[in-house]
Amino acid sequence: MKPSDIGILIVDDEASVRDALSKLFKFDGYRVDTAEDATIALQKLQDNLWDIVLLDIKMPGMDGIELQRRIKQIDKSIITIIITAFASVDTSIQALKEGAFDYIVKPVDPDDMSHLIRTACEHRRLIYENMQLRQQIEEISFPEEIVGESPALKKVMDKVATVAQTDSTVMIRGESGTGKELIARALHSNSNRRYFPIITINCGAYTEGLLESELFGHEKGAFTGALYRRRGKLEMADKGTIFLDEIGNIGHKMQMDLLRVIETREFTRLGGDNLINVDFRIICATNRDLEKAVREGSFREDLYYRLNVFSITLPPLRERKSDIALIARFFIKKYAQAMNKNVSDLSPETMEVLMRYEWPGNVRELRNVIERAIVVARGSVIEAGDLSFPFPATAHTTDEDSLEDVEKSHIQKMLDRTGGNIAQAATILKISRLTLYNKIEKYRLKK
Amino acid sequence: MSYIYLVPIATKSVFWLEPLAAGIFREFGMHAKCAKCSIEISPAFDPLRQQYNSSYLLGELLAQPLADADKVLGIAEVDLFIPILTFVFGEAQLDGPGAIVSMHRLNNTFYGMPENNTLLVQRIVKESIHELGHTFGLLHCSSPGCVLNTSTYVEDIDQKSDALCRQCQKQLPAM
Repeated sequence: MKPSDIGILIVDDEASVRDALSKLFKFDGYRVDTAEDATIALQKLQDNLWDIVLLDIKMPGMDGIELQRRIKQIDKSIITIIITAFASVDTSIQALKEGAFDYIVKPVDPDDMSHLIRTACEHRRLIYENMQLRQQIEEISFPEEIVGESPALKKVMDKVATVAQTDSTVMIRGESGTGKELIARALHSNSNRRYFPIITINCGAYTEGLLESELFGHEKGAFTGALYRRRGKLEMADKGTIFLDEIGNIGHKMQMDLLRVIETREFTRLGGDNLINVDFRIICATNRDLEKAVREGSFREDLYYRLNVFSITLPPLRERKSDIALIARFFIKKYAQAMNKNVSDLSPETMEVLMRYEWPGNVRELRNVIERAIVVARGSVIEAGDLSFPFPATAHTTDEDSLEDVEKSHIQKMLDRTGGNIAQAATILKISRLTLYNKIEKYRLKK
Repeated sequence: MSYIYLVPIATKSVFWLEPLAAGIFREFGMHAKCAKCSIEISPAFDPLRQQYNSSYLLGELLAQPLADADKVLGIAEVDLFIPILTFVFGEAQLDGPGAIVSMHRLNNTFYGMPENNTLLVQRIVKESIHELGHTFGLLHCSSPGCVLNTSTYVEDIDQKSDALCRQCQKQLPAM
């Protein structure tokens, strides 16, 4: 920031002080204005942008302390410096407590004044830079990949908006591939903890011993191979969020340890004695039936209640088929750009195939199908032939499906089961081969 | 032809006149003349601070206009202050007709050191060119060697040269 970018407003009822300071700062190139009382100062604060306000404590009418309060209400990032004729400890402490950057006792040494203004400018620059970086973080961390307009997804996003700002523990339920981690990130990036990290740990990916070390960290020599002290994920998540994925897969000892940490917010590193205090929010996710696990005794009931404070259940893709087109086009744009391919849409036939499929792997599976299709696509449109499904289409029908949907799904299921053998499928379906051929053509089924 | 007038205020001798006039001509291309003015300094005295109000003296200096003066620079031996600061080496009117400089804190004896007239003259020249620069509309310069670089201690004055940097020279109005 150049001095000319900084605006300094001087508020003092003594003309000599206003003039002297004004001249002093003008010589350094700052933009300067003066006000003889609080009313004029407040008017000038509304008319123009000021970075630093120097204000006298004792003024007729509103005093400097009250004026500072008003200034902070207008813009709390404005730096206020109190000018006082007598070094009154009480008023100075009060001013500092209420957010003054510093105070000066008249007369002030020229070097102190010069140093104070330089420090205040640097502070202001840092505040400004901090605001810009926060804005950038907000833009970057916004989870763009939650795509869809279906009522089912809207309900989920409403729940995210409701609970994100709180510090409540959230349990995200849903089949594999439904976007549980994306929802966890959305919760974090909409919370007050968004400027601190979200640390993810996949509890199902570690053995119990390793998970313990990952979560709590360890001291040097805690176990064979522990050559150095290492901070655990819980420590890294201090002031932020810890996302415990696949929480349903942790063993009994870890359940007990985790319960203790949740209750006390304290733990020790493996092999250590020092208690470490941390401040984190827990978001966990599972695709297991935890209630059943509790009934069967494989998951602690007390931990279950600690984790299941607020629950968000993600619908499988087959229950929000109206989002398939939007999600598919989102991934087309993303991967076509990444692969530098001129693919921009899906053919109507491809769309029908996507809509007919049951998506057992949910959005993740749809993403992979689109990514592969873009690799093989020759034109600007993805054709049905470009699609390849890792799993055969399985018949999942819902209560909302029409009779035609159910018929189509059931015929496809039989075709898959018989490996495309028309005669066998027709026998199972108790219809003639010709009827089956007609239905395959009508529904454009895969043999 | 107009001049820069150098006005001694409550001073015993003008030992600095020649080198200062030379410095002014070198930096601003203008001739300097010495003028005697009868300024009563006692009203500027603050008994509590034992210093003289610089703004008051500057006002008095400009209250006695000189016909062919482009700028007027008062040079005082007394210690100067402005109300908000503990002291000033000098004061100037930005893009205005006048400035004032105090020799008081430029003298080594103020700091308990042996008198050094050569150094004192160098400091007077630097501080005078600095204040006159302001009267020509120049702001403080961030270039360390430039005479317009800000100085809050006498050591800062010794560190810089007695000349304007190229950037400041460019900003001077054509004279």
